[in-house]
Amino acid sequence: MHKTKTVQEPLRNFAKVKEIIEKYGTERSALIPVLQAIQGEFRYLPQEMLSFVATAMGIPQAEVFGVATFYAQFSTQPKGKHIVQVCDGTACHVRGASDIIKKFKKDLQIPEGKTTTDDLYVTLETVSCLGACALAPAVVVDGKVYGNVNFEDVARIIVTMKESDDE
Amino acid sequence: MTHQYMEVNNKKVEITGNEKNILEVVRNMGIEIPTFCYHSELSVYGACRMCMVEDERGNLVASCSLKPQAGMKIKTHTKKIMDTRRMILELLLANHHQDCTTCEKSGNCKLQELAVNMGVKKVRFKPRKPWQDIDTSSASIVRDPNKCILCGDCVRMCSEVQGVGVLGFINRGPNINVVPAFDKPIADVDCVNCGQCVSICPTGALTIKDDTLKVWEALSDPKKKVVVQIAPAVRVAIGEEFNHTEGSNYLYKSVAALKMMGADYVFDTSFSADLTVVEEATEFLNRVVKGEKLPQFTSCCPGWVTYAEKNCPDLLSNLSSCKSPQQMFGAVFKKFFAKKMNIPTEDMYVVSVMPCTAKKFEAERPEMSTDSYQDVDAVITTVELARMIRKMGIKFEELEPASLDMPFGFSSGAGVIFGTSGGVAEAALRYAVEKLSGETLNEVNFREVRGLEGLKEATFNIHGKDIKLAVVSGLANTQQLIEKIRKKEVSYDFVEVMACPGGCIGGGGQPVPNTSETRVLRSKGLYDIDAKSTVKKAQNNPTIEKLYDEWLKTPNSDEAHYALHTHYGHKKRIGGMEIKDEAKENANEKIVISVCVGTNCYLKGSYDVLQELIGLAREHGIEDKVEFKGTFCLENCSNGPSIKVSDDLHKYGVQKEETQKFFNNVVLPRVK
Ligand code: SF4
Ligand code: SF4
Ligand code: FES
Ligand code: FES
Repeated sequence: MHKTKTVQEPLRNFAKVKEIIEKYGTERSALIPVLQAIQGEFRYLPQEMLSFVATAMGIPQAEVFGVATFYAQFSTQPKGKHIVQVCDGTACHVRGASDIIKKFKKDLQIPEGKTTTDDLYVTLETVSCLGACALAPAVVVDGKVYGNVNFEDVARIIVTMKESDDE
Repeated sequence: MTHQYMEVNNKKVEITGNEKNILEVVRNMGIEIPTFCYHSELSVYGACRMCMVEDERGNLVASCSLKPQAGMKIKTHTKKIMDTRRMILELLLANHHQDCTTCEKSGNCKLQELAVNMGVKKVRFKPRKPWQDIDTSSASIVRDPNKCILCGDCVRMCSEVQGVGVLGFINRGPNINVVPAFDKPIADVDCVNCGQCVSICPTGALTIKDDTLKVWEALSDPKKKVVVQIAPAVRVAIGEEFNHTEGSNYLYKSVAALKMMGADYVFDTSFSADLTVVEEATEFLNRVVKGEKLPQFTSCCPGWVTYAEKNCPDLLSNLSSCKSPQQMFGAVFKKFFAKKMNIPTEDMYVVSVMPCTAKKFEAERPEMSTDSYQDVDAVITTVELARMIRKMGIKFEELEPASLDMPFGFSSGAGVIFGTSGGVAEAALRYAVEKLSGETLNEVNFREVRGLEGLKEATFNIHGKDIKLAVVSGLANTQQLIEKIRKKEVSYDFVEVMACPGGCIGGGGQPVPNTSETRVLRSKGLYDIDAKSTVKKAQNNPTIEKLYDEWLKTPNSDEAHYALHTHYGHKKRIGGMEIKDEAKENANEKIVISVCVGTNCYLKGSYDVLQELIGLAREHGIEDKVEFKGTFCLENCSNGPSIKVSDDLHKYGVQKEETQKFFNNVVLPRVK
């Protein structure tokens, strides 16, 4: 079984955020580094944390939220520990990417209408061209690229991903 | 000094170097360039591209963001400019809910006006976003994101002028939007309902919540006795809606119009402003004698009151406990007049006409009621009254003025100047000086507190005692002043606060343009009325004297406290957030300790208290018996850091030094 500790310990999380703010300071210019550090810690920017940051740094909440949604590097939705990106660009699409996506969805038990498992173990994203069209359909798991992926590969990729938990 | 020139449309124009931008130079020549995002009172954003001019090389540049320089040559209305401008408008309209015929802003909408002027007849583009929900959560304003053109005017207004920062841009590219924090309904964030964002929004994206329907209904209900009050600032602004001179007094025409609509009684809120003066100045004098709770802050502005409730828990006891004139009026009518006239509470319908959107919110506050009926049943703004007048087909221009009903139609000049920044302070001085010195006050004009500057200060020596006053308007200015007061850099005895720049005359419910130029004229209008009034001091208003004789006895009596005073409570800045310790949520035999990490408590060190409690729990080996939660604002800010224990209703205030004591006395016994 994989362990999913992160969000279940909100108070320890606050301690972390407080530490981060202490490290970067409360100048307005510190906002982006602070958000980066928080995102690094939780893999997304929880609303309570943004509100907390706004308070601690004396910046309006709307502005903090604006910054958090402006940069593509930030996410305000929870993301899983592992990120699986399946390319659905033109090349991958014609070579059956949508079936691969369905298969991942099923095998990873991602609920309908969501992209992340409830236990925040894994997030499945579709991206619009990874620039690996020669390898279509292409999949990236936690930064590692797999090419010419078929149904059997999906199962294998998932096993590899789970094994990495024990390292 | 040599003269400097630039060329506009092949014409030489002299420039002084003091012009803020090319736009100003061109406008000074009498040429109009359209703008969405440029306002002289806000910072320059330069995003809407409406204000483009063409330079020598044929480039289009935003005239609002360009400084004039000697030798520059620009053209203002070339074909290229016109075509581009029309295309931008088309793009904006493609993403715009084009229900102009039913839109509140119709007739006052800059987008509509420009589209007509530029001859946009057809929109060639398809909308790029799905339509979004309209936010009707607020008692005062309505936000329709489908009409937003992303000019950012409201964002800058709310943060630069009001210092609240409710609205902000989110996302980017095609998904960019202007929303309250976390895309929450606006009633759930720190909005104070001032309506300044509505005043400045060029389209129907932000509008005043329409309450005219309620009023029409009451007017047509034969059982209802409809009592209308008209606030001071309305009379000097409503004329603008009918192209009359700004600042002239249209009170009596407004009365005539309301009577035509079927109102049973029409009175003047200045009368209850007189009552407020007497109550508030008496309260002030008592505080001066006792030397406590000073400075006294005024409490007649509901935008400011909400701001204080959300941001200044430490100052709430300094706020005057007096209700605002609107609510005093409501209370007098529901609690006194109705009984006197034998009108059952449920049949009396009080309508107020206000320059202010926050008054709508104030009227709905649960404490402002009698026998579970709101003291003020409906609040309409100046622009809503104008709309009703037009709807009824009344020719305002030709209307014969009508007089107010008696006895509450009589008021002093002091009650009238309430509508402008400095007016409340001056009215209170006219009372306080006379009481303190025991002599009749002959010079009633306190010019030191007049004018539309954001902050005015004055010291008056009254009978050997120095009384220090500050008069502030605009919440960003207020915020700065409060910071200084907190740091003890300044100290006052009396502080008048109005959320809107210039006071009520610049309220969010006033006609647009609501700029410094119009405010100056409106303010002058009120002082003119005061100058002409026969009675200038609230205490000399015979109706007020009578009210005390028949009902209230003396200022600040128990009767007065019951009817005319109120209390304040800390309010959450943001709704619907709680951080739960999910893993342990089901183990409900545990004692739940919720520690507030909301703004105020955070600043007072709630975080350290929480840390220490967790440490203590560990030390005592009871970690698994208690569950710690962080919550946002327990609405107990002045006693914070606040802690709630399980379902115990009491909210504890636990200072850092008291943590151990709290743990021993409150937590430990419950575990055992
Ligand atoms: S009503 Fe006032 S406080 Fe609320 S969003 Fe508009 S400007 Fe800001
Ligand atoms: S809501 Fe109005 S003022 Fe605000 S950005 Fe949109 S159009 Fe501009
Ligand atoms: S008014 Fe100049 S860019 Fe908007
Ligand atoms: S911030 Fe309001 S009770 Fe803590």
